[in-house]
Amino acid sequence: MKYPWKKLFPRYLILIVFMLVVLVPIWGMFTSAFKTSTEVMGGPFSLPSDWSLANFEQAWRVGRFNVFFKNSVIVAAAVVISSVFLSTLSGYAFGALPLPGKNWLYPLILIGYMVPFEAVIIPLYNLMDSVGITDTIWALILPQVGLSVSFGTMWMASFFENTPRELTDAATIDGCSRWQTLWYILWPIAKPAVTTLVVLIFMWTWNEFLLALVMVQNEALRTLPVGLAFFQGKYTANIPLMAAGAIIVALPTILIYILFQRFFIRGMLGGAVKG
Amino acid sequence: MAHVTNKYPGESRWKGLWYLLPTLLVYLLFTFLPILETIRSSFYQWDGFSQNRTWIGLANYVELFTDPKFHNALRNNLVFVIFFSIIPILIGLFLASLLSRRAIPGFAFFRTALFLPQVISMVVVGVIWRWMFNPTFGPINLFLRQIGLDVFAISWLGDFTWALPAVGSIGTWVQYGFCMVLFLAGMQHINEEYYEAASLDGANAFQQFIHITVPGLRSEITVALVTTIIAALRVFDLVYTTTRGGPGESTMVTGFLIYRAAFTNNRIGYAAAIATILTLIILIISLFIRHFQQQGSEESA
Repeated sequence: MKYPWKKLFPRYLILIVFMLVVLVPIWGMFTSAFKTSTEVMGGPFSLPSDWSLANFEQAWRVGRFNVFFKNSVIVAAAVVISSVFLSTLSGYAFGALPLPGKNWLYPLILIGYMVPFEAVIIPLYNLMDSVGITDTIWALILPQVGLSVSFGTMWMASFFENTPRELTDAATIDGCSRWQTLWYILWPIAKPAVTTLVVLIFMWTWNEFLLALVMVQNEALRTLPVGLAFFQGKYTANIPLMAAGAIIVALPTILIYILFQRFFIRGMLGGAVKG
Repeated sequence: MAHVTNKYPGESRWKGLWYLLPTLLVYLLFTFLPILETIRSSFYQWDGFSQNRTWIGLANYVELFTDPKFHNALRNNLVFVIFFSIIPILIGLFLASLLSRRAIPGFAFFRTALFLPQVISMVVVGVIWRWMFNPTFGPINLFLRQIGLDVFAISWLGDFTWALPAVGSIGTWVQYGFCMVLFLAGMQHINEEYYEAASLDGANAFQQFIHITVPGLRSEITVALVTTIIAALRVFDLVYTTTRGGPGESTMVTGFLIYRAAFTNNRIGYAAAIATILTLIILIISLFIRHFQQQGSEESA
């Protein structure tokens, strides 16, 4: 196929400009993380003389990003596993099982997908406080699961609704129970839908800020975004150190985005953006 | 939901309930009941820890609607709608129309790069842009001085006039790639024959864009409007990490007002009233846009 290069050239130029606007700030922050404090004064987009990891080491140990990282991983893993499991069950209930009251239960759950965290944060804090689990990892996990299952149920229900009825009919005739049909017949073909759900819930949990800021006062329980926000308050002028911290926070979501791009974009284009 | 019965012969009609129950419990406890509790608290005066809550009826709402700080925050949220929603959608439409209907070489790379800000934590975005806007060593002011525009090298995030558009433009930076990718996906579904017929009738590229592309992208534009407007109305992380609402109250937004009232000033009832109003506004806007879209698609059907 031949491309009309002459016609395409101005379009490329405009696209490249808009792409650079996105990439240049990220690139500048990335290179700063490898520089010394004197080097960083030599111009924001100069390359570091040697790609030293000293700033990462300092952020990791002195800035306690090792602790924040561990907390973020625990919270994200717990939220993703339990939300995806619960959403699969409830999505199956809505999409494939007999369920009385479907017509009002579904909108009821959908409300959770439309309200912002700000609408629930105050009672959630009081609830956690009254049972004495603020300042524990549970205060970060439980509310996040509660909000994630709303979108998860909707997402999985639409998947189960669109799987051919013949599949479940055949499984039932062969003597599968509903439970067996779900895990042996439907779960294997649900992989793309489940992957999308996993990457989206992971990203929302990893990046969640308000909940983690409010629920936890103890520094040893902070997640990465909250840790970075406090770190910024302390080291405002130390750009290389802050850049290193920012990269530790951003790298996992960027890597997963690049690896699972297809799933990410499909999910987010489905109207699945949540702040 | 579909109205087919999923019941097999001999199966309990309550079968689905067992599968729904765990999710329903978690959801009710950690999302739905807290929503109701927020609404209830908005009718009380409470400091968050003492035993006595006082029922004060609509007093929190009366105070809210006469509070200049709330008006100011709401106005700032509206300014953010321009930066988070209107401008990115226009840029997104423009870029999508440049890529036009044929895939061009290197398209996947552009798409990956332009979508990137969507997946980065807003705290990281805040850190990046506080550095970009730094008055002394930030790249923006270094560049302005280099080209001799020293007068414009101001303290962007510390300026009473410029802090709001500066934070807003960060929102533009986050959203326009998302809008472009969304519109490009939608353009794949527009029938090529419309364009051929239009060219035969002598319509130029711009006319084709206005009369074929934009109407064809109605549902994508709706999704873009709903998601970006909601992002503008509930913005918190970005303001917290860049300006904390300052200087003065010049970048204060309702999300931050809720946080401050509840967790700094211990005015739970008042914070709950702001949260209730914010949620109502968000629900009304998203229902309104979706209703408007459905009406449109019924007319064209």
